[in-house]
Amino acid sequence: MTGRFRLPEGGRVDRGRRISFTFDGKAYHGLGGDTLASALLANGVHLTGRSFKYHRPRGIMTAGPEEPNALIQLEPGAHTQPNTRATVIELYENLAAASQNNWPSLENDVGEVNNLLGRFFPAGFYYKTFMWPGKAWHFYEYIIRRAAGLGRVPETPDPDRYERIYAHCDVLVVGGGPAGLAAALAAGRAGARVILADEQNELGGALLADKVAIDGKPAMQWVGATVAALQKMDNVRLFGRTTAFGYYDHNYLGLLERVTDHLGPQPAGVGEELPRQRLWKVRAKQVVLAAGAIERPLVFADNDRPGVMLAGAARTYLNRYGVKPGRRAVIFTNNDSAYSAALDLKAAGVQVTVADLRHDAGQHGVSLDAMGAGIEVLAEHAIVETQGRKRVNSVKVARINPAGDALAGGTRRIECDVVCMSGGWNPTVHLFSQSAGKLRFDEAIAAFVPDKAAQAVAAAGACNGAFDLAGCLREGDAAGIDAAAATGFKAKGRAPNKPKAETRAESPIRPLWLVPGLKPVGQGGKHFVDFQNDATAADVQLAARESFISVEHLKRYTTTGMGTDQGKTSNVNALGILARARQEDIPAVGTTTFRPPYTPVTFGAIAGRDIGALADPVRTTPMHRWHVNAGAEFEDVGQWKRPFYYPRAGEGMRDAVNREVLAVRDSVGILDATTLGKIDIQGPDAAEFLNWVYVNGWKTLKPGRCRYGLMLHEDGMIFDDGVTACLGENHYLMHTTTSGAANVLAWLEEWLQTEWPHLKVFCTTVTEQFAVANIAGPNASRLLKELGPDLDLDPKTFPHMSVQHGPVAGIPARVFRVSFTGEASYEINVPSSYGMALWRALITAGEKYAITPFGTEALHVLRAEKGYIMVGQDTDGTMTPADAGFGRMVSTKKDFLGRRSLSRADMQKPDRKQLVGLLTDDPKEVLPEGAHVVEQFKEQPPMPHLGHVTSSYWSPTIGRSIALAVVRGGFERKGSKLQVALRDRGVPVTVTDTVFVDPEGKRLHG
Amino acid sequence: MLLITCPYCGPRSEEEFAYGGEGHIARPADTDGLSDDEWADYLFMRTNPKGVHYERWVHAHGCRRWFNAVRDTATNEFLAFYRVDEKKPEIDR
Repeated sequence: MTGRFRLPEGGRVDRGRRISFTFDGKAYHGLGGDTLASALLANGVHLTGRSFKYHRPRGIMTAGPEEPNALIQLEPGAHTQPNTRATVIELYENLAAASQNNWPSLENDVGEVNNLLGRFFPAGFYYKTFMWPGKAWHFYEYIIRRAAGLGRVPETPDPDRYERIYAHCDVLVVGGGPAGLAAALAAGRAGARVILADEQNELGGALLADKVAIDGKPAMQWVGATVAALQKMDNVRLFGRTTAFGYYDHNYLGLLERVTDHLGPQPAGVGEELPRQRLWKVRAKQVVLAAGAIERPLVFADNDRPGVMLAGAARTYLNRYGVKPGRRAVIFTNNDSAYSAALDLKAAGVQVTVADLRHDAGQHGVSLDAMGAGIEVLAEHAIVETQGRKRVNSVKVARINPAGDALAGGTRRIECDVVCMSGGWNPTVHLFSQSAGKLRFDEAIAAFVPDKAAQAVAAAGACNGAFDLAGCLREGDAAGIDAAAATGFKAKGRAPNKPKAETRAESPIRPLWLVPGLKPVGQGGKHFVDFQNDATAADVQLAARESFISVEHLKRYTTTGMGTDQGKTSNVNALGILARARQEDIPAVGTTTFRPPYTPVTFGAIAGRDIGALADPVRTTPMHRWHVNAGAEFEDVGQWKRPFYYPRAGEGMRDAVNREVLAVRDSVGILDATTLGKIDIQGPDAAEFLNWVYVNGWKTLKPGRCRYGLMLHEDGMIFDDGVTACLGENHYLMHTTTSGAANVLAWLEEWLQTEWPHLKVFCTTVTEQFAVANIAGPNASRLLKELGPDLDLDPKTFPHMSVQHGPVAGIPARVFRVSFTGEASYEINVPSSYGMALWRALITAGEKYAITPFGTEALHVLRAEKGYIMVGQDTDGTMTPADAGFGRMVSTKKDFLGRRSLSRADMQKPDRKQLVGLLTDDPKEVLPEGAHVVEQFKEQPPMPHLGHVTSSYWSPTIGRSIALAVVRGGFERKGSKLQVALRDRGVPVTVTDTVFVDPEGKRLHG
Repeated sequence: MLLITCPYCGPRSEEEFAYGGEGHIARPADTDGLSDDEWADYLFMRTNPKGVHYERWVHAHGCRRWFNAVRDTATNEFLAFYRVDEKKPEIDR
């Protein structure tokens, strides 16, 4: 046996396949085709979890993705998943499930004390109680989040693989029930490219749990024939176990396909060709939403005990899984649909009593049939109380008054072990609403239905408010034909016979959003509206009394509609109760906005393959391998890996950097400068263009010469800097900062294309086309002469800021004499493929000078010693050229980008923050970067802030600390004393010039 | 995720593009002749209509070309795509 409650026959389960599983460590058996929920119910297990706030025992309430209660921690270890719904987990061998939010156990949970104190936990309790003192909230929050938690997140990396795929189609059909299948069939026959996505393991939708007929035969025969026909069409793709979770702009939808979830965690090496899940990004020309409908609970006193479930769910467990949800059922309904459950349960041998809120129940239609079948039908009756701690064991029913707000008779106790409730059905309008479509409240079914579409989308069947099978088939077929036609496809030949199903007139629903109990609402018994968030009718009424009368405020104040189920079973009931509290009707109250995702989507699927090494591209230079072998530590600069420093055995960072700096100052160092941005600029208007984008003039620059340029945004602030060389007439090479290269190119292109299309200029990125070795130091020219005997290195003819072509180590090279270190320095550019050869040649030939590779940190010290700025470190988007000490560089003879902003009054103020040097009184003290510069340190704030330290290093060259800082009116303060405020003291400093080493530039020009 | 028709490449997904803000704002020829307010207007002030909006896009991860588009900001529907050198279409709705 696979459980005491399994029927001897029937259902769509595979009775030949017995499956072992555990729940909270206890072993059970189920059958192939079971969900975890159906297998638990077959074993008589209703208690599956504890509620979020009150820790009340909770059971399985639904049979689908809307489940608010039966949330499961699925599998232990790396595969663990919190908050999965037992109702949609397909059973597999050795599945291990655990309940959540209880301690020490599900049966005996200490947190249940919250339930007894429930009256002290109204809506907004946490906000009201833990407001003061403000600083303590993070402490309260920690405790509260631990007590009111759901599942636990995995603590180790996800071992599974996920994929993301794009797909395009003419018609996307969401839902594989009767409407969806009919739509796909019609569109497919017309020749449109169709994708049908259905979230269940089998197509058929609601028909999987129904006993209706199509064309006089069991409906599943029609499903089988339709699926077979669709499978034969090359233009149709059927996606099972696939949830359309998001509907975005321009008919772009997200689909989550669960590829191997139903097989359970796969051992390493098995099934590696298949991902766990696929995220499909679908662009559809037309969308047909046939997503069905979700049943509403009724809001009555203590409607949350295990054993209380939706009537449609009880029927699904019975008909689809062959499981009796109990032995004695009370059905509580306000509409006809629950009678199908009543009749099916009765036929399966369950004792059934129906309490129907409608006064004419039992007089005609399906309720009369129920009477005929021997079912007791109590008209105008309600459940007014339930009993049973871990499972419902009895209810009290009573007649209620026509207004529906009070009892109209005595109570009667009925023993039962299951309560099946139906408050009517909500069309699954989530995707339609996400697509920006407008909803309309349909009084006939007391639910929101799709109204005006905002995109190329149509709803069909129950999703459109057509709850009868004939309507579903008809609307689906029509929607499929229309969608195909809208994309240019029309079926040829004789139209096939349309499937036929019987429709029976239904008695009207009696919407009663809040069922009265034995005591006033909120004073005995809890009328749950949102089961997952433990929000009750009393909470909704309290919110309304406290003026949270907008639905959006109600949602946030009571948390109704939040959580993993996003209020699928609660939203309309909450609106109904709020509407009554406001004495308005539901359309006047409105709905909250539906947002993606429809059901939770794993982060793994969203990330896909973009994880680990593939999360972001890594850029390395042609010499990277040499740096790795040399033991370099690396720094990330944008996506580039740059050597940070090259520690020798036993050497710390500071020792290594000092050694590298001194080697450059004393002999020669070598730096991999490949990553600097390089933009090749050509065309007859290139000089004119440079004049526009740089603050200084370019028309006088001769071929073979270089110039430093500052680039501003139109607001006048420094945006990038670098050296640009004139390589020939109409040909320039612009250098940018490493991390600014892409932005600078985009900036140049934007102006060329949109503002100055008449300029004949082309810009091409050549950053990766050239490898660059920079050799710097007093021995650099000797070394270069040795490897490049044809080069003219005479400082008179090849001075600082010039460029020439010639072979270096036999490799064709461009050699720039430029410097970011203050030493005579050469940047040797060779085609990338020769980068390593050049590097090795320089290292070998440089041995006699003890050539020392240096990294970015030594470079930063060297440039700071010379007062060279680093854009982005010493500037921050609020600095003008003048602020940075480049005032005299700015041309007055031409217009350029950003120029007009520089003449604004604010830019002329003498108290702007200006770049200066700082020297600490104690030469050994290295200031922290970012520290505040103040006039006088005080024990307590406020201290007027004058600026901050932008760069700070130990300078091995002069044997003391140095710093650059931006300081209000800094130029005028040179020579004066200020303080740098640390946490507990002020550090006395003197404001100085920014150049600390070789201010005359003898080394540079030597 | 918008579907954007690059005038040079055809319809492509939004993630290939970068947004360039409001279109048809020419850089003033004589910047010295502008008051600070007029310069600030050029620099910072943009319309923010509910409805028809003329705007710039660049096919950043494609042909890298700039072009113009007309979009209804209320519905995200594109009403026109045109090259930088094409005339601004007059669209009323």
